[in-house]
Amino acid sequence: MSLTEQQIERYSRQIILKEVGGPGQEKLLASKVLIVGAGGLGSPAALYLAAAGVGTLGIIDYDNVDLTNLQRQVIHNTSDVGREKVASAAEKIKAINPDVTVQTYRERAAAANIREIIKKHDFVLDGTDNFPSKFLINDVCYFEKVPFSHAGILRFDGQMITVLPGQTACYRCVFDKPPPAGLVPSCSQAGVLGPLAGVIGCLQATEVLKYLLGVGELLTDRLLIFDGLGLQFREVKVTRNPDCRLCGQEPSITELADEEQAACDLKASQ
Amino acid sequence: MKLIINGKDVETDEAHTVTELLKEQKVKWPDMVSVELNGTILKRETFASTGLNEGDKVEFLYFMGGGRESD
Repeated sequence: MSLTEQQIERYSRQIILKEVGGPGQEKLLASKVLIVGAGGLGSPAALYLAAAGVGTLGIIDYDNVDLTNLQRQVIHNTSDVGREKVASAAEKIKAINPDVTVQTYRERAAAANIREIIKKHDFVLDGTDNFPSKFLINDVCYFEKVPFSHAGILRFDGQMITVLPGQTACYRCVFDKPPPAGLVPSCSQAGVLGPLAGVIGCLQATEVLKYLLGVGELLTDRLLIFDGLGLQFREVKVTRNPDCRLCGQEPSITELADEEQAACDLKASQ
Repeated sequence: MKLIINGKDVETDEAHTVTELLKEQKVKWPDMVSVELNGTILKRETFASTGLNEGDKVEFLYFMGGGRESD
């Protein structure tokens, strides 16, 4: 694939980066990235990945746009309230960049459907709002060896890690299994400052582009913890856990299953 | 005993094990916290039997994303 004159102009500000260049831009245009959840994290990530010219963006989300989403889910507009999130997101992506092919999946991420979707992609961005989905994405990506960016936000805090399955610490190496339903407050209960989604979602998009371009140092084996009130980033080194039930020495999870906990934010996400 | 908990120097009173430390530091839901001691994630079953030493680096790692309230 060679770049058109218009593409060279559109992407000129990143093509002049020696880490990108023409070949890097061609790589991005040939890449397929799956965004799970067109919400707080998925919105800014999708906008920037579309603008950067990632050629194929898959988006999974079952929900419709709700008025309470608009405070942070910046890909959706007031006039989108009530629409399918995937349709709303796809429309904005196409408007930003017609180079991008959008594939929408209006489904809940579950063991039965997500494996086939994930394996078609080069990288997965976890922008989900519940723990069963986060563990499911971790497990599928491990079995299919698809790298992914995990992240979560709440109140003024955010947390993220990039996982190269089988090579670096996975989510289960740090957090063994989902917390019991109801014990962990959700954004609808505890609140979240909108820009937190932008900060962390954009960091996730940065990781995606770095991975696709093969440049820099990924956030692997490091859990990044962002404290928005103190405006501090902190890093905790983590290593592959030999006792990990998924990627450890004697794994007990050998096939895919849905975790038992109900989505912690069901009411708000329906 | 002086420990480094989540990057901060903390003087503990009487906690000699991880379980006691979780209690002393008033961690609200100890079952919800992953604990890393000097770079190694501990098995939950070993919290009560894992002793602490002067200068140990302890990380309490919380679920977030849908997420957990910070203390």
